[in-house]
Amino acid sequence: MTALSLADLQAGYDPDLPIVKGVSFTVKKGEAVCILGPNGAGKSTMIKAVAGLVRSFGGQVHLGGRDVTGLASHVLVRNGMGFVPQTENIFTRLSITENLQIAAQLLPRQDRAGRIEAMLDMFPDLGSRPRELAGALSGGQRQMLAAARALLTEPQVLMLDEPSAGLSPKLVAQVFDTLRRISQTGVTLILVEQNVRAALALTDRALVLVDGKLAHDGPTDALHDGKFLGELFLGNRADEAIR
Amino acid sequence: MNPQAIIDGLISGSTIGLGAIGLTLTYSILRFANFTHGDFLAWGAYLTLTVAGVLGGLAAGLGAPVYPFSFGWGLPLAMFGGVVLTVALTLGLDRILFGRLRARGADAIIVVMASFGASMALRSLLEFIFTAKPAYFTKALQIAKPLGLGMRATPDQLLMIGLTALLVLALHLLVTRSATGRAMRAVSENPGLAGVYGVDVDKVIRVTWIIGASMACIAGVMAGLLVQIRPYMGFDLLLPLFSAAILGGIGSIPGAMLGGLIIGLAEAFAVQIVGAEWRAAISFIILVLVLMLRPQGLFGQREA
Repeated sequence: MTALSLADLQAGYDPDLPIVKGVSFTVKKGEAVCILGPNGAGKSTMIKAVAGLVRSFGGQVHLGGRDVTGLASHVLVRNGMGFVPQTENIFTRLSITENLQIAAQLLPRQDRAGRIEAMLDMFPDLGSRPRELAGALSGGQRQMLAAARALLTEPQVLMLDEPSAGLSPKLVAQVFDTLRRISQTGVTLILVEQNVRAALALTDRALVLVDGKLAHDGPTDALHDGKFLGELFLGNRADEAIR
Repeated sequence: MNPQAIIDGLISGSTIGLGAIGLTLTYSILRFANFTHGDFLAWGAYLTLTVAGVLGGLAAGLGAPVYPFSFGWGLPLAMFGGVVLTVALTLGLDRILFGRLRARGADAIIVVMASFGASMALRSLLEFIFTAKPAYFTKALQIAKPLGLGMRATPDQLLMIGLTALLVLALHLLVTRSATGRAMRAVSENPGLAGVYGVDVDKVIRVTWIIGASMACIAGVMAGLLVQIRPYMGFDLLLPLFSAAILGGIGSIPGAMLGGLIIGLAEAFAVQIVGAEWRAAISFIILVLVLMLRPQGLFGQREA
């Protein structure tokens, strides 16, 4: 069953200069997919367009079979889309619980407290100090809060934009361990990541984006050999693939 | 020094504080300095006066003063109507002006200039409809009653202070304890992220206008009841409103109220110490001092 599909998606900040230039792919329910590519390839712009934060100029996005192209981000969340931006992904002036309470508003009233408790149990670092201001959390803890917030509404698809960016190696391991646990719950996971090795270890399938176009789509096993990926990133093979 | 300045300062500070609440909310959530806010006060007062006139025509008894106040039941009823109409005015202005600029992604300075133009248009329209001649909710005279320690106040004035305290408490609880308030604080910090959290940002903006316009209308009625109603009454309050909002810290409701009270008290004491001609300068001096010494205000948070 298809969780998310993109058909010839074009997106960016200026219609005359699209960053995402006609990308198509399908993600099955429960699949864990990573999106790789060199800097400036359009990975973040693409998932932001899917999440309703960047304008799409053409093509279609289907979520669970429903056309959600161009819908506002808050409407997409209500339709089962979870998105964790790379930076500024929590409200630092609100407490941990308040961050979760905002997301919980989308749930039926009787389920809210239970889901917040479940998230605080799932992330003990957060559960031990629910009233603390989120701004006081470390980088890794912030990513956990962002993930907890996105998971709270039990999305069909969870997309994360470079969750390991700017974190120390120890925190990166912590974040990927969290993502592994999330993936094991059956959530469809789409991960944009620069940490290629960690992303390949976590996911089943990799998409490689080069210059706004899909240059590769296949199982992660094929990419563990860094040479192939290097060629894709550096251009030779990417040029052939895009052509 | 005459202790009466404390009461005078609290009374004018209440009006400034209520007005500043709307301004600080608009500033923190819509991210622009709204110059039309002063005119919302004046429009609120005139719309309430108009509704009071209609109600008085329908039932003459509503205008008869209710002891110990200078006004009858018609005024609170009319104020309710005035609030509804002021809210409609602000939502209409947002729809035809500010909302369109937001949708186009206009720079803050463009929106500020637009609000400046809208402010002049609103003020001129008031003058055109109602003329520049002062108007009054009531012409009944009230004797100020002694409160002790050399201070005196009329029942109307005490009611205004009490009403202000209740409104500020209610708004503070709304913003800090309710889901609506959490959503407002979230949009204030990062509107894009609020959408990702599932918050309907447009709805939060409408709620902000509704709260701001309601407070502006009530502040306008208070100013009109205690002094007089003039098309320029809101414009004259604009500098104290901005000073109070910035002194309290942008986005903070208790801060705006406390800022209003500090401005009101400073003005009242300045009148006694250096003369009434310096009253208008006080807000400006406080604004400059705050911007130089503590730009985030008393309760504001420093930008990261």
